[in-house]
Amino acid sequence: MLARRRNNWVGRFIVAFVAMVLGFLVLPALVVAIAALNAKAVLTFPPEQISLRWFAKALAYEDFQNGLRNGLTVTVWASTIALIVGAGFAFALDRYQFHGKRTIETILLSSLLVPHFTIGLGFLILAAQIGLARGITVVIFTHVILVLPFVLRSAYVSLRNIDRRLELAAASLGAPPARVLATVTVPLLAPGLASGWLLSAILSFNEFTASLFVTGQRTQTLPVAMYNYVREYADPSMAAISVMYIVVTATLLALANGYLGLGKVLHVDGQR
Amino acid sequence: MTSRPFLRTFVTPAALCAFGLTAALLAILQYSVRAFVPGSLEPGGLTLENFTALMKPLYARVFLETAWICLLTAITTLFVGYPVAYALVHARSAVFKSLILVTIVTPLFLGEVVRTYSWIIVLGNNGFINSLLLKLGLIAAPFQMMFTIGSVVTALVHVTLPVMVVMLAAALSHINPVYERAAESLGASPIRVFLTITLPLSTPGVVAGVTTAFAWTFSAFATPQLIGGGRVNMVSNLVYQLGFASFNFPFAASLSLAGLAMTLALLAVMRFVARPLERIGLH
Repeated sequence: MLARRRNNWVGRFIVAFVAMVLGFLVLPALVVAIAALNAKAVLTFPPEQISLRWFAKALAYEDFQNGLRNGLTVTVWASTIALIVGAGFAFALDRYQFHGKRTIETILLSSLLVPHFTIGLGFLILAAQIGLARGITVVIFTHVILVLPFVLRSAYVSLRNIDRRLELAAASLGAPPARVLATVTVPLLAPGLASGWLLSAILSFNEFTASLFVTGQRTQTLPVAMYNYVREYADPSMAAISVMYIVVTATLLALANGYLGLGKVLHVDGQR
Repeated sequence: MTSRPFLRTFVTPAALCAFGLTAALLAILQYSVRAFVPGSLEPGGLTLENFTALMKPLYARVFLETAWICLLTAITTLFVGYPVAYALVHARSAVFKSLILVTIVTPLFLGEVVRTYSWIIVLGNNGFINSLLLKLGLIAAPFQMMFTIGSVVTALVHVTLPVMVVMLAAALSHINPVYERAAESLGASPIRVFLTITLPLSTPGVVAGVTTAFAWTFSAFATPQLIGGGRVNMVSNLVYQLGFASFNFPFAASLSLAGLAMTLALLAVMRFVARPLERIGLH
């Protein structure tokens, strides 16, 4: 703080630099928004005529509709399964010592480090070997594996922060373990679990590389459908659907920041 | 032994997931030592041929290019991200803080396809930058930016920046301000305070950020595929091409395995190099 006041040009340089970086981060989204409003099929900057026709076309495009449906199915199933598996395991990690604790934890967290194309290829081969190739089950399971570390982390952090005395009080008043869990522990964890679910839903809905390997024509998720579209066509429907994507994601993030405090979730609010 | 309610109920599903992931990785391992039978999806007998084929200059070049792109991206991200993380931690206004945070984090959640497509529109020959430069009369013909390492790295920095900033900010925000104040009160200039106190103490964040940026870049697929347009090839693109264009899954498997080994080796080296630095940082 003092440093800033004494050395104004350093402060000004940092502010200017940060502004430039933020500009760099926002530029593609802005450019896509402009491109989506262009009435002509060929890109021109600035657009000569404004129109919403590409939004209508994108919404009516069958592959995008199917992709959206598949994507939502996979996202809801995968985040919910991951939430249940992850929260349960976080509970066991926090409370108990058991055989294989570290091993399971390490394997589950390793999906953060292994490239998505490797995980996708692995599940593609595995699914082919057990005769499940290209079904939606494999896609969902792959997504569960990919989002588990995030749910695990947020459930574990919330578990560490709850007041154990409340559980002990309930137990000493005669509540059986299942009742303590359902009426005390889970409600106390709810905000952490909700943010974990939201985070994994956003990640799963956007996941592309692993999905490209494990989905087929029938099961492709929205990002895969969009990728196939970009490879074949160049009209601005892709820009229109990208804009919708960006708006939804940014809104969800702003909400998450408002209600849950992204700073806390991401651990950037330290001692200051 | 004290009672451990729900232990089995809670651990079994996680163990099954861990088993599934292990099985998938073992499937890759198993395919990587099998022979490719052209025209068949079933692999042939045991062989080490896939790994000797990796040594061919064609494939070795892809590995080198991938490592180079990852390194370039990680270093660029570090230099661009550090001031932003510093500003994020030191900003006094809460609004400014949230503005930086939300802007920084959004690309992270956008998904590779949307992000890559946006960069195509920015960098393409009919794209934003070229249209702007043409209108201003600064260039006479579109300037070719697509299909170059520079544009691939630009688009990759766009996505690694959020992780880098978050990791650096986490490290910076956990530095006790007392140290900086002490140095200042002893008469150190702000630049000296930064170089001798803040920077060394943030080393864990720098190491974590660079390693993650590296691993993420290695994992990128759509960006090098679409912006590189076949002229910039990363391991991920080669794996996909081998799998889905030539159906040579055994070789694709051995490539992924080699890629994984390369990432792990580099991460280990970085940890090793960083250890003495971290010791200074954590005192």
